[in-house]
Amino acid sequence: MVELALPKNSQVKSGKHWPAPAGAKKVKTFKIYRYDPEAGGNPRWDTYDVDVDTVGPMVLDALLYIKNTIDPTLAFRRSCREGVCGSCSMNIGGRNTLACTHGWAEVPGKAVQISPLPHMPVVKDLIPDLTLFYAQYASVEPWLHTDTPEPQAEWKQSPEDREKLDGLYECILCACCSTSCPSYWWNGDKYLGPAALLHAYRWLIDSRDEATGDRLDQLEDPFKLYRCHTIMNCAQVCPKGLNPAKAIAEIKKMMVERVV
Amino acid sequence: MTDTSRGLPERPMSPHLQVWRWHITMACSILHRGCIVGLWVGAVILAAWAAALAAGPDVYAGLLGVLGSPIGKLVLLGETFAVFFNIAYTIRQTFWDTGKGFAPRIADMTGAMAIAFAVVATIVTWVIAGANGAF
Repeated sequence: MVELALPKNSQVKSGKHWPAPAGAKKVKTFKIYRYDPEAGGNPRWDTYDVDVDTVGPMVLDALLYIKNTIDPTLAFRRSCREGVCGSCSMNIGGRNTLACTHGWAEVPGKAVQISPLPHMPVVKDLIPDLTLFYAQYASVEPWLHTDTPEPQAEWKQSPEDREKLDGLYECILCACCSTSCPSYWWNGDKYLGPAALLHAYRWLIDSRDEATGDRLDQLEDPFKLYRCHTIMNCAQVCPKGLNPAKAIAEIKKMMVERVV
Repeated sequence: MTDTSRGLPERPMSPHLQVWRWHITMACSILHRGCIVGLWVGAVILAAWAAALAAGPDVYAGLLGVLGSPIGKLVLLGETFAVFFNIAYTIRQTFWDTGKGFAPRIADMTGAMAIAFAVVATIVTWVIAGANGAF
């Protein structure tokens, strides 16, 4: 359902300010969304004036610096620090991206504003609850479905057919795309969202998969697939440069092609 | 997964429109929605115009008076824009339906072109209408 404003308990109040240490030469302000379930109350914006002379180039470097030297209570997910795991996805300067591959100097505006992935339940600080997102991914049954008896060796695929999976298999499930999509914001409980649909397409066009018809049947629904209105935020923000909007369009094409 | 049943307060919803920095593609999408609503209003105006025409010269003159008022002209100006933007956007969607034009840079460009076309076509239409003594 379309709700443009945040619910009362979610409105972000102004929070604590952490000034830069005396003698800091190059100061950059980081405005970070904070929410502590133990303390209760509304979320708040804390601002940290960071002496960036000693900080690495990426937003994740700055977050780790803040956690290690200024405020150890700051919570966020991170793991690989090189854009492979998808853990540190968050909204940075108004766009979803990975903190580990996005430079803080590239963020427009005076302060670097960081909040959790949009329109999600917040567990703590920059950590959203992705339970529904993962359930939607599981619902497209992202594995090979076959009826023919298993071959003695592997399921073979020509290089040309393998190429069709390029631009799809690279998805790291960071949820930047799904949580950037206004359709997903308003109908996230019924619309599968860009990430799950990109994966659905990845299995639909796999030459080895034998459940194409069943998979399309599963998606033939006013909400699951057709809530995509080509707003394009997904493709605009994907940190891996993938294009869920195009994958969704290809599924819509397959839907038409199988009845004409 | 995360357990929510520990007596903690209800989780807040993270900010969305409040923090989002718009792309032109998103702006075009919502503008298109707005134009569709505008065209519904336009259909009602068109129906009212036909009904007034059938109802006789007095009613018809009354309706023209309403449409010719400054507010009426503003609405008609909006309708003109809505028609042209809808045409351009529908062409863009037709390409999308064939799987083309999805690269973000191309989508940005076609979105900007749709807006530019609608603005220019609206101005040209009103200049021609004005030159022919429509207002």
